[in-house]
Amino acid sequence: MSSPLHLAQAEPGPAFRVTLDGREIEALPGQTVAAALWTAGVTSWRTTRDAGRPRGVFCGIGVCFDCLVTVNDRPNQRACLLPLHPGDVIRTQEGTGHDD
Amino acid sequence: MVGAACALYAARAGLDVTLVDRGPVAGGTTGAGEGNVLVSDKEPGPELDLALLSGRLWAELAREFGDAVEYDAKGGVVVASSPGGLTALERFATEQRAAGVVAEPVAGDVLYDLEPHLAPGLPGGVHYPQDRQVMPALAAAHLARASGARLLTGHTVTGVLRGPGGAVRGVRTDRGDLHAPAVVNAAGTWGGDLAALAGVHLPVLPRRGFVLVTEPLPRRVHHKVYAADYVADVASDSAALQTSPVVEGTAAGPILIGASRERVGFDRSFSLPVVRALAAGATLLFPFLSDVRAMRSYVGFRPYLPDHLPAIGPDSRVPGLYHACGHEGAGIGLAPGTGHLIAQALTDKTPELDLTPFRPDRFPEEAA
Amino acid sequence: MTDRPHLAVLGAGPAGLAATAAAASHGVRVTLLDAATRAGGQFYRQPAAELRARRPQALHHQWRTWERLRDGLRAYVTVGAVRHLTDHHVWCVERRPSGGLTVHALLGPEQEDPVEMRADAVVLATGGYEKVLPFPGWTLPGVVTAGGAQAMLKGTLALSGRTAVVAGTGPLLLPVATGLAAAGVEVPALVESADPKAFVHRTRALAAQPGKVAEGARYAAQLLRHRVRLLARHTVVEAHGTDRVEAVTVAALDADGRVRPGTSRRIPCDTLAVGHGMLPHTDLAETLGCRLDGTDVHVDDEQRTDVPGVWAAGETTGIGGAALSLAEGHIAGRSAAARLHGTEPDPRAWAAAAKSRTRLREFFAALGTVYAPPAHWTEQITDDTVVCRCEEVTGGTVREAVAELGAGDVRTVKLLTRAGMGWCQGRVCGPAVAGLTGCGLTPSRRPFARPVPLGVLARAGEHEDQ
Repeated sequence: MSSPLHLAQAEPGPAFRVTLDGREIEALPGQTVAAALWTAGVTSWRTTRDAGRPRGVFCGIGVCFDCLVTVNDRPNQRACLLPLHPGDVIRTQEGTGHDD
Repeated sequence: MVGAACALYAARAGLDVTLVDRGPVAGGTTGAGEGNVLVSDKEPGPELDLALLSGRLWAELAREFGDAVEYDAKGGVVVASSPGGLTALERFATEQRAAGVVAEPVAGDVLYDLEPHLAPGLPGGVHYPQDRQVMPALAAAHLARASGARLLTGHTVTGVLRGPGGAVRGVRTDRGDLHAPAVVNAAGTWGGDLAALAGVHLPVLPRRGFVLVTEPLPRRVHHKVYAADYVADVASDSAALQTSPVVEGTAAGPILIGASRERVGFDRSFSLPVVRALAAGATLLFPFLSDVRAMRSYVGFRPYLPDHLPAIGPDSRVPGLYHACGHEGAGIGLAPGTGHLIAQALTDKTPELDLTPFRPDRFPEEAA
Repeated sequence: MTDRPHLAVLGAGPAGLAATAAAASHGVRVTLLDAATRAGGQFYRQPAAELRARRPQALHHQWRTWERLRDGLRAYVTVGAVRHLTDHHVWCVERRPSGGLTVHALLGPEQEDPVEMRADAVVLATGGYEKVLPFPGWTLPGVVTAGGAQAMLKGTLALSGRTAVVAGTGPLLLPVATGLAAAGVEVPALVESADPKAFVHRTRALAAQPGKVAEGARYAAQLLRHRVRLLARHTVVEAHGTDRVEAVTVAALDADGRVRPGTSRRIPCDTLAVGHGMLPHTDLAETLGCRLDGTDVHVDDEQRTDVPGVWAAGETTGIGGAALSLAEGHIAGRSAAARLHGTEPDPRAWAAAAKSRTRLREFFAALGTVYAPPAHWTEQITDDTVVCRCEEVTGGTVREAVAELGAGDVRTVKLLTRAGMGWCQGRVCGPAVAGLTGCGLTPSRRPFARPVPLGVLARAGEHEDQ
């Protein structure tokens, strides 16, 4: 079967672990938050501030800010831009991403 | 905003009103403002009297339009940065109280109950519960609609029509003539140009201001909060750049940061030094803002007259011409009072306030 | 060496790379700033280095051109003629009162720490982004821009699902559909609202581009091989699902560009990649005071804007693809080099690039008349469809501002509804709001090309003015 990794003959280093809302997820070196979450079958990691609707990647290039997410307690990071590191703690972001 | 308020009060006084604007609704200074409805920054005198009248009228309008115009009676907090500053501020508040303003001195610890995120170590300030905020563009649009006035946006007034005795007969626009026995000049920063079309001198000039807008946040700034030197800047005659931090939250989430004042004509170009000064002032007052992102900034031109009072009422030089412009940075707040006074003048009622200080013909011609 | 004039090139896509090479080869010190971790821009977006892809060309077209650009950059960097600064997100370019410019950037994906750089001149090669027009369900997770699906694939080798419908209009849809299919995604349909066959009739523009004819034939063969059904003159009416897209309804369009009743069909999918063309990034140019023509930065024959010391090249001057970006970038770099040395450039030096620029602009102008959204696309926006994704402003709210409150332009709609006031600053909803308002799309003023922390802003350029 075909996959992008096969197609591009990618040979990344060993996978590492991060967490999404406490659940362990595997990520590959070089993957962004969005890429790792997509690969884990997750397509939304934010809810909107009025209607509470789920959102994930839309533009994929950092323009639309739909994929905002909280990583290591820093809110409003763009999942499509931010590379992951071992042990990163990803949290689904609600509303503004700021507690109060 | 002032035009919409004049339309509303005139229509409710029984007049048939047409609202003409060369741009869209709220396209001038209204759309570039923060929606200040303030008494706190005004010293006792005619402008404060107008602000107190307008505040009462805003409270009435809020019952009708409240949520639609994001009316928020949140109050203002003026903060002193030094003990000396606090003494001066409290003296100012005492004078305001004598004129009918509710102004409550707050000591340091109470200050942090009102605004927990303020920078530590501030000596105190004054709380003004009568300060409020509205969303200015929504306010103008909703008042204009409620007035039932015929709305002609995108119509540029090119002349004032005069009758045989010199009395106003209407206006000429680029899309046809409009006939009316009375014309109200509510052209804001461009009010001087409209007055000139009627052949009279009204020296309205622009005073540029930038506003910074942050990312949406939960409510962390609860009042309109500003530093005591803001009052001095508002009243100043200087042409040079002045900035004093003014910080407030909004119903929609973003925090608005002002206020800069410069006399640079109608130059709309972005100025990083001005915006930097706004950011610096705001982060000094509220250190948590350092990590908050600015999303945009916008620019507007406050319409000011040399004595910093608006022109309100009939023009003795041209029968049928009325002025309602030159409110500087206070037009949103002062609009209902202005509209109410204009409606009284249009219907030959005794105005609720003495219009003498606001006389449009108070500026000698040779100043031009 | 530091006495040599200093040119900052903003953007390391085809236009920026061509400008960098042209200027560096003519004695100018160049700093190339780019937001990505690797050069290439959107068109030649490279997989992250750590993914160690040995065959990234499997995801790309015109790979040899890329190799030439990449090797050229490497060579100039090696000899010290070019500095390539990755992960630099430029938020403002400021003209200094004393002359020259200051480039303000934020570092890294977090974009928290600032860096400032002076330059004698800049080339704006900021590229473009995708336009998407709303329809019910377009905010569901799994609905992505066509370019976004491609960017995630090229840059991170990731897919959002197994079954993707590709839809909208424009030449980008073909490589997205074939690219996803080659990567193992089932693509049940490519839904194109235009009729690409109409383009064949525009023989003059096409005849001038034999390469484009061959490219079209190659895509057609690939669609066939991957069993991707092309539904021309069709549109997506709605995306279905609760927490993510589960299916889309597509329908045929009549000659007027309206949905033909009785033609709708439902296609199950877990991804919808949708796009309706491209828009240029013009924020930096606008804040510098450069004249814009519509949505494009205005440039002269030398790719100069009307602001001294500021050149622009590539998509920012009008959407036209990678080959046109290369030609414009080359001309901008040559012109800037000559003028920074105080000499009048000789246009004969870039005659070939100028010729190619003329042909490609004609080609894309012709393309633009064929690939257009359905004439009545606003009818598909129901009153409860979210139009502004950031501030969750619906089509009904925008329509009310227009019909009831007297708004007739994008700025007034924004003031009255908040559409365009959110994180993306109206970049995404702008075309839809303009369409619903019945006015043309004019670029918003965005003094900050990206959000900037107030703590950074409070210190920005403070040394300049002292």
